[in-house]
Amino acid sequence: MSAELSRTGGPPEATADRPASPVPPLSVGNVSKVYRVRGRGSRTVTAVHDVSFTITPGAAVGLVGASGSGKSTLARLITGSERPTAGSITFGDVPVSRLRAGGLRNLHRRVQMVFQDPYGALNPLHTVEYTVMRPCQNFLRMSAAQARHRVAELLDTVGLTPASQFAVKLPHQLSGGQRQRVLIARALASNPELIVADEPVSMLDVSLRAGVLELLARLRRERGISLLYITHDLLGARLITDELLVLNRGRIVEHGPTRQVLQHPQHPYTVQLLDAVPNPFATAAGVSAAAAPATDRNRS
Amino acid sequence: MALLGAEHLNVGYQPSRGQRIWAVRDVDLALEQGEFVGIVGESGSGKTTLGHALTRMLRPPAHLESGVISFDGTDIASLRGERLRRQRRNGFALVLQSGMNALNPVRTIARQFGDVLKAHAQPGEDTSVDGVLRSGTELLAAVRLGPEVLRRFPHELSGGMRQRVSIALALALQPRLIVFDEPTTALDVIVQQAVMQTIKDLQRDRGFTAVLISHDLGVVLDTADRVVVMYAGRIVEDKAAAALTACQHERQGLYHPYTEALLGCYADPRADVVRLAGIPGTPPDLSLPQAGCSFAPRCPLAEQICRDVDPPLSPLGPGRVACHVRARTANVDVEAGRVS
Repeated sequence: MSAELSRTGGPPEATADRPASPVPPLSVGNVSKVYRVRGRGSRTVTAVHDVSFTITPGAAVGLVGASGSGKSTLARLITGSERPTAGSITFGDVPVSRLRAGGLRNLHRRVQMVFQDPYGALNPLHTVEYTVMRPCQNFLRMSAAQARHRVAELLDTVGLTPASQFAVKLPHQLSGGQRQRVLIARALASNPELIVADEPVSMLDVSLRAGVLELLARLRRERGISLLYITHDLLGARLITDELLVLNRGRIVEHGPTRQVLQHPQHPYTVQLLDAVPNPFATAAGVSAAAAPATDRNRS
Repeated sequence: MALLGAEHLNVGYQPSRGQRIWAVRDVDLALEQGEFVGIVGESGSGKTTLGHALTRMLRPPAHLESGVISFDGTDIASLRGERLRRQRRNGFALVLQSGMNALNPVRTIARQFGDVLKAHAQPGEDTSVDGVLRSGTELLAAVRLGPEVLRRFPHELSGGMRQRVSIALALALQPRLIVFDEPTTALDVIVQQAVMQTIKDLQRDRGFTAVLISHDLGVVLDTADRVVVMYAGRIVEDKAAAALTACQHERQGLYHPYTEALLGCYADPRADVVRLAGIPGTPPDLSLPQAGCSFAPRCPLAEQICRDVDPPLSPLGPGRVACHVRARTANVDVEAGRVS
């Protein structure tokens, strides 16, 4: 997989799994989020400060920063799990920041999340099939038989083949990479238009990351899904995003095309993040690792 | 003589039902005084089990089935109870992966220092409140934390600070060997870099032998002087870090195909073209008997002999490699001198 390859966003081709209407843009306008710290006194913490950006239809945007930079808070605001203190978030004509129960439910059909911890995000008592079936039944109103059929397709899509063998498994019978693929299948179940992936590979072995990143890049390419990729891993961001937002202490400190930001970082914080990436080749060769490209079937 | 020598180490996990899992298989490893060694492998490669075995921290269902571990001339594999506990002072310590889980959530950091210092106190040592606070302040300073941390509870500290506290606790008994088990896996890259730098500085200043266990070969190559690669419970490669990167660049085929695949998982995000390869397939099920080389099913070089005979860990070029194909094809005589 090369970054060049993933940059070909292009107009989406028509497939059965594509959302019926064109994917709308996500607009984040002057959003701030202030938390009140409980306990003595009334201290406040500004997790996100006056952040604005847009995810154009089918784009892959990377949101990078260290712990506490406000990345995950932004994810919660964009998915409607929390409301901003100031500013507005719209997905097409839907005012995300003002939605209530019914509207949120509708939004969650269209905006799905993939979480960091593949161990904590799956119910240990439910089989893979049940986990992936539920959104098909709840969001798409499918019958159990239809949903089962769709689960098989989805597992095939995320590289868990043969699907029949994985459908009956419980989370503890799967490796970390396989669990993350189940989470991606679950996120795909409702035909979302935007996927917010919050550190989807940071808890996986280095050897499994390429495969999961490749899967996300392929889904975006083939289905025209927009992607917000939240991470502190600049290598992953380089591989699957076209645009990069660097977040430090709740503020965007740098914004631009991914390759340009990484090759010509303007802000010291971006340089610091780049220097912290473990890279056995940086010191000796200063060039990329030339190894065989990962294939689509690069299973975990 | 090496500070720590492990010979023919075998560790099994015996679940209450089902087959025994062989997590560490026939490992030979010698660690010299003052060495910084990285142990690398994927999840389930046995690296953590090996680290716990070397520090005698295995707990059921894990069991040291056979093998000798000599620490400074004493066979610690057979020690039990009080005699083992005494060895821990000025002996060997383990820093666990998650600082949160390694610390007691209901005691302040000062009291946790007190617990360690009192449990291992020798006659005449000052373990009064003041003495503990003084030692704690010094130990925290060594890991770049201020004395105010002593009054805090673990939940009041960030992930990086908690990991620094666990390192300070490990230093409390002045060990000669410290095993760091994935000390930065739960941390972000910037904090990871800072914690690794602290570990490097401590090791250099205090001269203890350090073992860094990590799934991240990049972190290990940045930090350690020597790299031990594990796969399916066995050591498949053992080499100086500098020789490993040299092998990669000169492409002499002096390293294990698995190490080569691990190196393929890295790239410079600043390069014009960035390619990244994962490792296809999954590690083997260790509850089943392993015929031949465990990596053969995922190996691009595998031949018939690889599927039949498990290759021994033999000298190859500047280190040890367990691979039939590499042992045969590498031009060792010509290349070894240039690499090492």
